[in-house]
Amino acid sequence: MAETKKIVATTCPFCGVGCRLDLHLMGNQISHVTTPYDDIVSRGNLCVKGRYGWDYIYHHDRILTPLIRRQAQQPGTRKPARRDDWREASWDEALEVVATRFADTVEKYGPDATAVFCCAKATNEDNFALQKMFRAVIGTNNIDHCTRLCHAGSVVALQMAVGSSAMSNSGSDIYNCDVAIVTGSNTAESHPIIALQFKDAVMRHGVKLIIVDPRRVEMVNFAALWLQQRPGTDVPLFSAMANVIIQENLCDNQFIYSRTENFEAFAKAVEEFTPEMAERISGVPAEKIIQAARLYATAQNGAIYWSLGIPEHTHGTENAFALIHLALLTGHIGRAGTGLNPLRGQNNVQGASDAGAMPWDYPGYQSVLDPAVVAKFRAKWGNAPPPARGLTTTEIADAWGAGTVKAQYVMGENPLMSEPNLRHAHHAIEQLEFLVCQDLFINETARYADVFLPSASWAEKEGTYTNTDRRVQRVRQAFEPQGQARADWKIVCEIATRLERKLGRAQTAFWEYAHPSEILREMGELVPSYAGITYERLEQERLQWPVPNLQSPGTPFLFENTFPRGRAKFFPLVYQPSVEQPDASYPFALTTGRVLYHWHGGTLTRHSNLDFAAPEAFVEINPADAPRVPCANDSPVRVSSRRGSIVLRARVTEKAAPGVVFVPFHYAEAAANTLTIDAVDPQAKIPEYKICAVKIEPATLKELVAALPLGLEQQR
Amino acid sequence: MSDVTLTIDGQLTIVPQGATILQAARRLDKQIPTVCYHPHFTPPSLCRVCVVEVENARVLAPACSRIVENGMRVQTDSARVQRARKGLLEMLDSAVDLSDAPEIQAYANAYGAEPARYGAQIKRRAFPLFDDNPFYIRDYTKCIMCWRCVQACGEDAQYTFAIHRAGRGFDAHIATFENVPLPESTCVYCGNCVQACPSGALKPRREYWLEHGLDLKELARVSQLERREKSGDAK
Repeated sequence: MAETKKIVATTCPFCGVGCRLDLHLMGNQISHVTTPYDDIVSRGNLCVKGRYGWDYIYHHDRILTPLIRRQAQQPGTRKPARRDDWREASWDEALEVVATRFADTVEKYGPDATAVFCCAKATNEDNFALQKMFRAVIGTNNIDHCTRLCHAGSVVALQMAVGSSAMSNSGSDIYNCDVAIVTGSNTAESHPIIALQFKDAVMRHGVKLIIVDPRRVEMVNFAALWLQQRPGTDVPLFSAMANVIIQENLCDNQFIYSRTENFEAFAKAVEEFTPEMAERISGVPAEKIIQAARLYATAQNGAIYWSLGIPEHTHGTENAFALIHLALLTGHIGRAGTGLNPLRGQNNVQGASDAGAMPWDYPGYQSVLDPAVVAKFRAKWGNAPPPARGLTTTEIADAWGAGTVKAQYVMGENPLMSEPNLRHAHHAIEQLEFLVCQDLFINETARYADVFLPSASWAEKEGTYTNTDRRVQRVRQAFEPQGQARADWKIVCEIATRLERKLGRAQTAFWEYAHPSEILREMGELVPSYAGITYERLEQERLQWPVPNLQSPGTPFLFENTFPRGRAKFFPLVYQPSVEQPDASYPFALTTGRVLYHWHGGTLTRHSNLDFAAPEAFVEINPADAPRVPCANDSPVRVSSRRGSIVLRARVTEKAAPGVVFVPFHYAEAAANTLTIDAVDPQAKIPEYKICAVKIEPATLKELVAALPLGLEQQR
Repeated sequence: MSDVTLTIDGQLTIVPQGATILQAARRLDKQIPTVCYHPHFTPPSLCRVCVVEVENARVLAPACSRIVENGMRVQTDSARVQRARKGLLEMLDSAVDLSDAPEIQAYANAYGAEPARYGAQIKRRAFPLFDDNPFYIRDYTKCIMCWRCVQACGEDAQYTFAIHRAGRGFDAHIATFENVPLPESTCVYCGNCVQACPSGALKPRREYWLEHGLDLKELARVSQLERREKSGDAK
């Protein structure tokens, strides 16, 4: 056996579970990955992504030199680049172009004509630096990232109801509860290691799961109860459970009296949500709704875990409220084994939000509207935007089209895969005056860019991620960046320094960080919940914020004695149907989501061996529906909505409910978001990815092959 | 729960009820060799290398799974125990390629195992190398049938049940159902079996290529071809 040279302990770059990865290195090559059996998060298990999915860092398509478009792009005629349309440039030239174009835009149109997409895959330090550049140097709050497209509904609802938007407990806290509601979450594929703990808790520790999901996801095999609702009917379903809990007096009256407000108005509003009414709308038998309500309410410790099936609706905020109400009614919050737990998707979506990659909040959820907060940041950085909310991800994309955002910075995101109604988004991005993308690969969005900045992968830089448990964990550099790639925070600091000079800022916000630990220290000075988190402590500890000081051991569960907003608040709800319902011409409901083997827009995983295991897009359709198309398993079909159409293979499976089809959103050649509707939740601005109306027709193999091979290969 | 008093190698010790002899012995810093046992997995009690002598018991007991009893008297390193371990390690070494299992080799040396005494004609376990997926290689010639992979795939972690035992006696081996290639099984490639494998029978493909000094560019090319075959390109 050849000698293994070195082992580097780091954190997985894929999902929000945040498993510890031990990288076994042979020189600059990661030979394999293990995880310790005593790790508090992974407990010795990994999924295919963490175990094998990181080989994208060695892919021959990875960009390792700064690139500039040979031909200057003009608004309105901006075109996606082919490989030959780029030329290699020095870092100095590329950074200078970016700084000049942004400075020009700010001088000509004002700071709000610029916007930035931060990155939930990058570190806390990368995101802190990037939002700092846009706030302190440029002076805009047009800062957002993909959390808008995943958990914005949950975040807004939790902020309004309890005052803190993170998971109140931990994934592994499942062992401390006896009943858990898991809804809108294909846990086994999207959070595989939390799913293993759920399975273990069910099989070995007697925990009962109530799965609420329109699809027959793998976790249904482990459920005590499965409530298969129609997509978009969460409010009546969970409100009916609340109705039962109140009617049967299963609520925790002491908790409601001492720790909540607005209960009376809520109780009145919930009267109309009888189990029978919910059955009519959701299709779930009233008897099952009653059973679920009793099971959850009478548990010693009841927990609620949810994922994107809840917030990704035009009524996503209401959906999350409906879940929050259940916890407030029963007092299942503020103890181990209980809580409100939105499972966060990206490895660092929690951290990017904490670091202020948000248009409405400075780092640490300090409102941009609060003059005291603005004053605090202005004092620290010398400059800050006026107290006004910036644009959200979805609004920024609209602003490209409207011509109000002229210059766009994208770090590691791929909006042209992740925005809803992609055709519209493609049209909008053509209107930009300047676009810079910072990534490992030229993805669908970066093809439109003027400048491409090659960034270091997660194995090539230092930093921290904050996982879904609010646990801040180290990312460690295994080897030097390949080629000329640079760590994201370094690139940002370079551009910020140049911008500061060009814009003639009187006082520097400070960009001479020698190490990301200095960025985290600055963040700790400004964000009370991160005040006690330092790199030195992270060597020994796995701290869960809030960590208010250096002595604090962190906080495994929140809200023990009080809520950040004082009393938690009930919000009376009304049922609003989703915007687009199946009808005679578009008879199926489409819902979108992930598969185990891919990650979101596919920029990384489609360049890894994971693509072997799931190389092709598919549409899941129930066997009862297949003859309506007609189609057989594996046969090509065309799925069309009012906004576009894609060709892909049919997968005839009981996993899909009758009348509901499912398409994963990872595949550029059959991008699910070509179909989805760009209607958004009015409060959270999150798009309705989880339901729109489609029709399905048979297609030919020729049409299917026309979409292949990969878009990336077509560029060459 | 009450405690249990027992004697290990003449030393009186008190441990919680439900503990195994192995746990009790390790508290006293007694070194008992283990091969199939792993603290993270349910003890399968298959390899028998951890056997100890329990007074008045007819047969040797596997320390990894035998629960302690009041008044139990245990010998962890008696002549009978040593002879049993030597024989077991000899048989293992004579039938299985232990080149990737330095720990087991070290035990074999420590107990003076002489696999050669069975002669050169002895039947050795031989299987084709399975390289049927992009993530890991299965070389069952190195498999010692410790069962950890089956447990990682099943009730100790993944609940996927892609692999199980096939065949009987000397020919017993780990296989997918009906011996289908892994991509046709229920395998989700979590690799928890690979991490658990103590003898290099399961190995990440990348690690295998690096160890054999093979060109990783070639690996990328091979993988790309496989991807094309799997996708619509070939159809």
